[in-house]
Amino acid sequence: MKIINPKNYWKANLKIVLILLFFWFLASFGAGILFSDLLDKIKLGGFNLGFWFAQQGAILVFVFLIVVYCILMNRLDRKYRADKN
Amino acid sequence: MDLQILTYLMAGASFALYIGIAIWSKASSTNEFYVAGGGVHPVANGMATAADWMSAASFISMAGIISFMGKDGSVYLMGWTGGYVLLALLLAPYLRKFGKFTVPDFIGDRYYSKLARFVAVLCLIFVSFTYIAGQMRGVGIVFSRFLEVDINTGVIIGMAIVFIYAVLGGMKGITYTQVAQYCVLIFAYMVPAIFISILITGNPIPQLGFGSKIISEDIYLLDKLNNVLNDLGFNNYTDSTKSKIDVFCITGALMAGTAGLPHVIVRFFTVPKVRDARASAGWALLFIAILYTTAPAVSSFSRLNFINTINNSSYESTPVWFKNWEDIGLISWSDKNKDGIIQYAPGNSLNPVKPIFSDQRGINGERIVSNELTKNKNEIYIDRDIMVLANPEIANLPNWVIALVASGALAAALSTAAGLLLVISSSISHDLMKKIFRPSITDKQELFLARLSAAIAIGVAGVFGIYPPAFVAQVVAFAFGLAASSIFPALIMGIFSKRVNSSGAIIGMVSGLLFTSSYIIFFKFISPDLNFSDNWFLGISPEGIGVVGMVINFTFAMVISFFTKSPPEHIIKLIDNIRAPE
Repeated sequence: MKIINPKNYWKANLKIVLILLFFWFLASFGAGILFSDLLDKIKLGGFNLGFWFAQQGAILVFVFLIVVYCILMNRLDRKYRADKN
Repeated sequence: MDLQILTYLMAGASFALYIGIAIWSKASSTNEFYVAGGGVHPVANGMATAADWMSAASFISMAGIISFMGKDGSVYLMGWTGGYVLLALLLAPYLRKFGKFTVPDFIGDRYYSKLARFVAVLCLIFVSFTYIAGQMRGVGIVFSRFLEVDINTGVIIGMAIVFIYAVLGGMKGITYTQVAQYCVLIFAYMVPAIFISILITGNPIPQLGFGSKIISEDIYLLDKLNNVLNDLGFNNYTDSTKSKIDVFCITGALMAGTAGLPHVIVRFFTVPKVRDARASAGWALLFIAILYTTAPAVSSFSRLNFINTINNSSYESTPVWFKNWEDIGLISWSDKNKDGIIQYAPGNSLNPVKPIFSDQRGINGERIVSNELTKNKNEIYIDRDIMVLANPEIANLPNWVIALVASGALAAALSTAAGLLLVISSSISHDLMKKIFRPSITDKQELFLARLSAAIAIGVAGVFGIYPPAFVAQVVAFAFGLAASSIFPALIMGIFSKRVNSSGAIIGMVSGLLFTSSYIIFFKFISPDLNFSDNWFLGISPEGIGVVGMVINFTFAMVISFFTKSPPEHIIKLIDNIRAPE
């Protein structure tokens, strides 16, 4: 792996953020709104899937995304500090 | 025990707890007053952020609104949580790295301009005061219904409590009272939800009960609700009726607005390190999600319960809660077909929508309204705000649960009010006085000014509570639209662009603000009769217009910056510094 300096630290950071924001958009604006009606044809227990995403699923995905973000950023920070020494 | 005595005991005990914490954590410097000395543990900060964020609107109103909107109500669920992803990924870590006291601090320094700081202070004060008005109404409703004191007395008691711990304790006092308030409010929200979920579906976890079958019937709760509503002539609960573009924009405006709310952002200044800021955003959203995933379940339970209890039953046989809420004017029944039986159907029962009560009673004992009766079959007016508060009574839960819900609602309203008061006071004492008008004041004088402006702000908030502006519900759209179109883009560009300069940022903020506020003012205040989708710009309602304002802000800021001078060298260094790891 290449050495992490301030410049590519920022690039790596942006990459993590953009990928996570893609899933953020997909879970809420995508599954909860844009193709929600389509997903509603699929049943998940007592829920229509689109309705479930709009009222519960998106929120769970949001929590998960922030957890992943914390883990990835802490790993990046550690790598940066190790490379500096 | 009597409900009223129980409520006094529980609310009183919780107030004593908050004041005790405030005395224990008194602030002694501006650093402690503004950001709690920067030493708050990320989990504690997560809880405090959750209480700070979840207001009377989240606790009292949201489930009720969703209850009557069905799938359309999802905009609030996604919008008010999705903003935390933006906050965690795009703002909190960098603003923590910047490491000062207030949101205008960042805007003023990054755009090297007192004018930019001043514009940010104006946006902040406007957004925060509109928000406080809503909290005070919440406090008023709870006091008048459950403690049976006059609304004014209720508001004054609430003000006195907030005064003690916000003015004494500053951010330090507020943080630890908010931790306690989170515990009170989440417990108060979950207990009745669990009870009701067990009663209806047999599943003790409301989030799962929401998708379960109804006890002793072979039908899913949501299917049953759809059937019941269809029979009465309503649309499916699980289908959307609004246009996609409007739902899209409202959700976007609520998300960006949430991420741009100063009283939430400032909470991330209170943790020791950047990694703590990231972690506490995660904790905050987790603590918020517990309530936010329960709320839609509560909405569906209470809609079904409400219909089952009220529709087709005679007024005489309605439970006590129905008459209690009618007495304080949040429910009304007008017997259109003179059969003595309550009929619930689509459409507003009255014109104008809210009941105007006369002093008389009808033959069944109901309060008579002087509104014109509409032609549809619906005989019921119900204020959406009462669903959560009335829910335990509708489901026949024991008195201590009802008292608990009242204390939880107070905790939600007071914790948010305190957080808002703090950002208002710090923007006045720190940004206006110390940084713009009187740079020579000492730390001690600034601390005194901070306390003084907190005290004045509480007074103003109290006036809002006692003389509630009729437009409280409308101004919520304002707060989010303005935060989304002014503060949020300025912060994002400040971090992610090295090219956007002071003139770009100022013109961007002002144009986003002007566009959004004139659109909302036009449709909400000047011509409310034109406020329907044919007249809207691209079919976007005033609630969602903040997204367009945000795009305008970004566009102006970037175009103008491109044609004017780059920011000076020391600003580039500042940006490099907030982007770099610790």
